Amino acid sequence: MSTEQTTKNYIRLGVFFQGVNSNTVWKTPEAGSQTDFESFRRLAQTAERGLFSAFFLGEGLRLREHLGAVHDLDVVGRPDAQTMLAALAAVTTNIGLVATQNTTYNDPADLAHRLASLDLLSGGRAAWNIVTTDNAWTGANFRRGGYLDHQDRYTHAEAFVETAKAIWDSWGSEDIAATGRQASWLRPGAATPIEHQGAHYTIDYTSRLPRSAQGRPVLFQAGDSAEGRDFAARQADVIFSAHTGLQAATDFRTDITARTLKAGRAASAVKIMPGAEFILAETPQAAEEKRRWVKEQQIGPQQALAYLEQFWGESLEGIDPEGPLPSFDPKISESDVTRGSGFQGAKAVELTREWRETATAQGLNILEFVRVKSGRSDGTFAGSYTQVADRLEQFAARGVVDGFNVTPWLIPNGLDDIVNHLVPELQERGIYPTEYSGNTLRENLGLDALEPATTKRHSDKTIIEVGA
Amino acid sequence: MTTSPVHHAVLILEVDGAGAHPAAWRLDPAGPANVLQTNHTAQSVLAAESAGFHAVSFQDSRLAPEHGPEARLDAIQRAAYLGPLTHSIGLLPVTDAIYTEPFHLATQLSALDSVSAGRGGWIVSGTGNPVEGAAVGRDAVASEDLRAEIADVVEVGRRLWDSWEDDAVIKDVDTGRYLDRAKVHYVNFTGQRFSIKGPAISQRPIAGQLPIFAPEQLAEGHDAVLFGAPDLDALLAAAHEGAGSGRRFAEVEFLLDAAGESAAARLETLNCWDNTEPAHARFVGSAEDFTEFLRTLLPLVSGVRLHPAVLSIDAAEFAALVLPELRKSQLLAPITTGNTLREVLGLPVATNQFAAL
Repeated sequence: MSTEQTTKNYIRLGVFFQGVNSNTVWKTPEAGSQTDFESFRRLAQTAERGLFSAFFLGEGLRLREHLGAVHDLDVVGRPDAQTMLAALAAVTTNIGLVATQNTTYNDPADLAHRLASLDLLSGGRAAWNIVTTDNAWTGANFRRGGYLDHQDRYTHAEAFVETAKAIWDSWGSEDIAATGRQASWLRPGAATPIEHQGAHYTIDYTSRLPRSAQGRPVLFQAGDSAEGRDFAARQADVIFSAHTGLQAATDFRTDITARTLKAGRAASAVKIMPGAEFILAETPQAAEEKRRWVKEQQIGPQQALAYLEQFWGESLEGIDPEGPLPSFDPKISESDVTRGSGFQGAKAVELTREWRETATAQGLNILEFVRVKSGRSDGTFAGSYTQVADRLEQFAARGVVDGFNVTPWLIPNGLDDIVNHLVPELQERGIYPTEYSGNTLRENLGLDALEPATTKRHSDKTIIEVGA
Repeated sequence: MTTSPVHHAVLILEVDGAGAHPAAWRLDPAGPANVLQTNHTAQSVLAAESAGFHAVSFQDSRLAPEHGPEARLDAIQRAAYLGPLTHSIGLLPVTDAIYTEPFHLATQLSALDSVSAGRGGWIVSGTGNPVEGAAVGRDAVASEDLRAEIADVVEVGRRLWDSWEDDAVIKDVDTGRYLDRAKVHYVNFTGQRFSIKGPAISQRPIAGQLPIFAPEQLAEGHDAVLFGAPDLDALLAAAHEGAGSGRRFAEVEFLLDAAGESAAARLETLNCWDNTEPAHARFVGSAEDFTEFLRTLLPLVSGVRLHPAVLSIDAAEFAALVLPELRKSQLLAPITTGNTLREVLGLPVATNQFAAL
């Protein structure tokens, strides 16, 4: 890390259109559709006007449930990510297009092909946010069901990513005939079969697409376990982290730098972009009022009770949301996966006892407690444009993050104040790009071009073996 | 014979690559790599929309073609890219039903409907080819099992598309409910090779159900059949035979006189490079003769899927010389901006199979 802030680092921004979550405000008239293409277009074009590096889509492969029935209190509906991004490629020119896609319930050759296709179609702007959801509950929508043990998920994901990288690196535009007079369209022998034989699948596939303008899709990763971090250090270009506070981000950067160097890569090869919510206004007072209003909109009485029910494991109907937390212990020992990974595997009894004590000590009722508890406390930048720009300047000076992935609390207009007011403040401070530095996502994230050595291969076949 | 399809034939233009002839890429003035350029496809589709074609299709396969350019962008993505750029034309990707994950496929097609305001559809393909199976690590599906497997994939797709009723999103502030969970349904499908719980992860398509086209030998649960024949006479005979039995589309490749060169001479040049047998009955001749042929064919079918031998040349000749004549003869369905592809095809409003439950 640099000793002094002689060179200011850029803070880049991405936007994460979550689709399913409890932070998106929907009870207000300004809230638009979660699923209509117009919302996607509006958000992506606003982000591009603000020179955002990336437009990010989440993925859900099964509709969330609450106590055994479809969860009905949050925004929901996620049209297929890559199909939406392919359409957005037609109405944007520079912004990166990031699809969250699962390694467990996709076939490597098919997913690699679709991502390569999106990358070519967008002129080198595609990225893949790698997730490893493995539970059988999600698997109920797929051919193989729940076939993967939780502890195997990164071994499996790594084999998947290695296979995808080999597919993407099969051949390039230099292998395509230069004129119509050549003997064949593709240089014979250029497209070599990629074989993978492993514990979980066997594939034999010949790529039908060349490398893109950025070589291959950029790889994002968000897993936060030690295994997930090592996986990112070995494979990813960008980490979508949950460590947004200045100290947490500093610690995280130190940890990732060590892991990246250990994996034999340059520290700068892995960028870090934590998720963040922005609540902005002209003045600090107005921003604080807005922050409180947003929180109230996000968590109403029903959402507060449902939040607790997730850890109590039963209906808390009849309990007053404006009264104290339930006096009895949860029926379950661990929360399950059906409301999403954020709720997964919490030690329910210990956790809720702790909560009860905290709430009593601070004099908070259920509604107030959940409003404090849920969502990201250090992941929210609330304040006047100037205040928030000042805070971001500290991040830029320390160089602990490469940017933030904005999770807008309002769709589709949730970026307007960031783009109209915050971005110009950041640009004045010299910590935000004033133009796109290139046409590809790699360039616009400040990533180095891929090593030419990794894009040449001479053997006839590529065989990847992963221990059984 | 019913009367309705007779005067409302639908023209589908195939826009894959440089054209149906495997040597077509050699004639592209922008160079061989142009087949992968999105702009090239976009220009072809925009020209087709201006000319008054009702739909375009995007050929695809998990395997690189044996003849011609060995590369293709994903068909659903090509169609999706064109969604926001077009206003009236239907967008029909070809996608395999045998080895693809049915849940992903239904979700992707539903999103295509969303980005095109209800103008998406699906041309089912399915070979069961073992090489395709090996690409995704699955066993080959025997040809006699293809039809039943496609029936399962189509059935589960239709259930998933219906799994959210149109008014499932209620945004009820008083009760704090965004969704009416009584209007979102598990599909609980169990087929021969897979089972799917559901519901879909997004809302019902604008069209309710996307129109599904299937080749005659694989058609199950479809809205329209695609049929072909080795030559034009056989195609007419097949059209006669099938007339009146559901929505039927004839597949025909064509090569027209252009820029002072006869179609036969153009074909000879192309065949010098590659004279592989065409996949469909091929017309070679003048625009006048092709118009005449289509005047005979169209009253017998719901429409044609036209495969231009060289996309940039033959589609343009067709648009300039053939299509206006067919329109004058009142053989073609009207073009209306804002219609779903279902409406263009004259399909009834899709009722939701779960709505009555």
